[in-house]
Amino acid sequence: MSGAFPVKCTVKCTVNGAAQELQGHPMERLLDSLRDTGLTGTKEGCGEGECGACTILMDGEPVNSCLVPLAQAEGAELCTVEGLPARAGRKVSEDRAALHPVQACFVSEGGAQCGICTPGMLVAATALLERNAEPTDAEVREALAGNLCRCTGYMKIVNSVMAAAREMRAGGNRAAPPEAGR
Amino acid sequence: MVGETIQSNWVGRSVPRREGVSKVTGRACYVDDLSLPGMIHGATVRSPVARGSVRALRFDDPSIPWKEFTIVTARDIPGKNVVTLIEHDQPLLADGVVNHPEEPLALIAHEDKYLLERARAAVKVEIDELPGLFSIEEAEAKRHVIWGEDNVFKSFQIERGDVGKAFAAPGVRIVEGEYRTGAQEQLYIEPNGMIAQWSEADGLTVWGSLQCPYYVHKALTPMFNLPDEKVRVVQLETGGGFGGKEEYPSMLAGHAALLARKSGRPVKMIYDRAEDMVATTKRHPSRTRHRTAVTADGKILGMDIEFLLDGGAYATLSAVVLSRGTIHASGPYDVPNVRIRSAALATNHPPHGAFRGFGAPQSIFALEKHLDRVAAAVGLEPEELRRRNFLKHGGVTATGQVLKEEPGLNALMERAMKESGWAEKRERFARENPEARVKRGLGLATFMHGAGFTGSGERNLASVVGIEGLADGRVRVLAASTEIGQGTNTIFSQVAADALGVDFMDVEVARPDTKFVPNSGPTVASRTVMIVGKLVETAALSLKQVLLDAGYEVGDVREAVRRYIAERGPLKVYSQYKQPPGVFWDDKLYRGEAYATYAWACYLAEVSVDTATYEARVEDFVAVQDVGKVVHPVLAAGQIEGGVAQGIGYALCEEVVWKQGRMMNGRMTNYIMPTAADAPPIRVFFAEHPTPHGPQGAKGIGELPLDGVAPAVLNAVEDALRDLGGGLKFSSIPLLPERVYETFVKGGLA
Ligand code: FES
Ligand code: FES
Repeated sequence: MSGAFPVKCTVKCTVNGAAQELQGHPMERLLDSLRDTGLTGTKEGCGEGECGACTILMDGEPVNSCLVPLAQAEGAELCTVEGLPARAGRKVSEDRAALHPVQACFVSEGGAQCGICTPGMLVAATALLERNAEPTDAEVREALAGNLCRCTGYMKIVNSVMAAAREMRAGGNRAAPPEAGR
Repeated sequence: MVGETIQSNWVGRSVPRREGVSKVTGRACYVDDLSLPGMIHGATVRSPVARGSVRALRFDDPSIPWKEFTIVTARDIPGKNVVTLIEHDQPLLADGVVNHPEEPLALIAHEDKYLLERARAAVKVEIDELPGLFSIEEAEAKRHVIWGEDNVFKSFQIERGDVGKAFAAPGVRIVEGEYRTGAQEQLYIEPNGMIAQWSEADGLTVWGSLQCPYYVHKALTPMFNLPDEKVRVVQLETGGGFGGKEEYPSMLAGHAALLARKSGRPVKMIYDRAEDMVATTKRHPSRTRHRTAVTADGKILGMDIEFLLDGGAYATLSAVVLSRGTIHASGPYDVPNVRIRSAALATNHPPHGAFRGFGAPQSIFALEKHLDRVAAAVGLEPEELRRRNFLKHGGVTATGQVLKEEPGLNALMERAMKESGWAEKRERFARENPEARVKRGLGLATFMHGAGFTGSGERNLASVVGIEGLADGRVRVLAASTEIGQGTNTIFSQVAADALGVDFMDVEVARPDTKFVPNSGPTVASRTVMIVGKLVETAALSLKQVLLDAGYEVGDVREAVRRYIAERGPLKVYSQYKQPPGVFWDDKLYRGEAYATYAWACYLAEVSVDTATYEARVEDFVAVQDVGKVVHPVLAAGQIEGGVAQGIGYALCEEVVWKQGRMMNGRMTNYIMPTAADAPPIRVFFAEHPTPHGPQGAKGIGELPLDGVAPAVLNAVEDALRDLGGGLKFSSIPLLPERVYETFVKGGLA
């Protein structure tokens, strides 16, 4: 096969808490490398750093993974939407329905409609709440301004983040909402 | 008999969205998340020009290993080279001639995505260019004839009363205006995408991001000369549609299928953002001219309206978009004499298509903008002019429909004015604006949106819904109506649960897959809750009746279903749409009951306009509407809020820049939609007057919010600037700061 990226490299990093080796061309987008490992929760909406659907945490900071070359992930600690429950201390392996409070609130408050912007929104919101436990409405909107949502008009997203902030401050562990076996 | 009264145990409650957990955990499977063994990637070679005849396509660039590629041209289409919709004018792949930029010419596939991209760029396209038409005016002037005999895809004329007489009545004031709206990109965050698989034995299967599985099915069978049962269409989780995944997926499914058939491997085609923006459908640009005859005391005697749409290069859905726009053009007003003439014209833009509102946002923008001018001409406040002309119970619409319900428009408007602080703010802004650099204004629009297909549309669709019992006693709803974020799964579960008297979680909604679900019609036209939801309710009631007739106790339906299946075998019932009595429509005269019922609304915008930067911003937005019974308050408010944000983008920032028929700003960096930081607080209020046509009284909701936002915003902008130079007029959207500046310059103010 005559690939356009003949040179491969191996990048050692931590993904959602586990050590991982990602393989690919050094200039391949981190977004693709992650999705190729099966972590398809991270989405592509634009490929040019505008929509935020591909947002992940890199050493705790939200980044657009479509703009990060694979090589730059060497030694980094990465977190995708799949890693959020563990980040809140929920053991996903034991209970598949365990959710980060931000995730639970997006379900209960209507923050997700079509859901395609949702993983990026959740990651960006988590980053905000980790550095600011009590954000104002304006601070939430500012923190999410790099994440476009075409469905919600943002009202329910802001409500969801505010609800999650309250819940996290109260240290509450809400029961996960039920899911249809569709 | 069961079910005369249904208990609202679930309808009316904001239960958690059915697929919510899979969406927040990243487990929901969208088309780009699916990989099939042996799958390769497909790409489209497109026309670089708007119109011309194709001399040659050359796949001979020596840097590309062409032998490794699957290459498809029009010659590889086994059946008809046409994307079946209303007319049969649009080819699946251009054959000899092209009629718009980005028209598909050929398809290529390879397992290496990066190489595929290089190969696509290396295909040499030789076209002899022909002159094209790039505006409504050029199409009207027939400088060239590019479609039919006169560039007209479709035209309508609606007449009520005697318009000539109204304009000649003694003492009437005549107010004229011309209004324009630009194209708008749907900008769902998930671009169009499709996977196709072909085998001789099973035929064709496609999986994709789409709104209307049976539209795709209907388009694929003639392309491949296949019987219905050899084509299967499966909808995957869909990342927004807004109409943009109504007709276009038929084209993309055809392309992926051609590559799959020729390569013998599953083929995935995912558009990148730029391709999706420049090549797929957008909202039709429009031009509307109004002449209104109004008496000195503000009674509108006559409206003469001309409404034109730019349909792009092929007919696609333009005729029906035009129809809805035409019927909504005279708004929720009782006007004794109305003439509406409308046409959708061919140009060499990529075909314009479905987008939430479907023609109504264009014609309602013009009307609601114009009415503020009419009010000013007779010295009335905007709300007072509207109040004097509202449709009421027993009133008559432009198509001659006698209203059997009370729209309650005045109450909706009063509520919006109260919630926004209209009286106090109007007074305060008038006082403060003259001294202020940033001026404030308020504007409103009152409007309606017909639910379901227009006229005889629902009768012709004759949609079917099924419901089946499962071995454990739960039930499954079978419908082709798709979940695209608006909440179909959740709402169908609520409606069925109430009709059966079971738990919400005991109802599941099948994935739309044409192999398993009947054709409940397309997921469009605000019809899913009202029309299809009613069919879900009817099917659920029949299932209960079947249990009763078979002698099962229906106090515990779940137990009855479980026992029925254990003792008698499969349990499945269907319901089919029947036109309600008294709903009559004449397709030839365009008269009658255009819609069984309407949603009614008043929207009110508060804006600020910075006279130094020329930027208009929406500071507060109040949306009051009657959509009948609200099935799910959180989802319903979410529909309105999302639609309002799209409407604000339509009004103020979303501009498609055209050059020779081609979109020049096909990127999210230069086509600007509202972010969380720009969007205002959107405050949503419902009045709930139930309709007999929907489940537990629910009406359609999805498109309504797009209709009234832009005129409310522009009316507010004019209000903010009314003390400047005798008032500035803004008659076109999008109203970018550049346009505001130009108007200031023209008014000698900048
Ligand atoms: S896909 Fe990365 S920002 Fe849009
Ligand atoms: S929920 Fe659809 S884009 Fe945000």
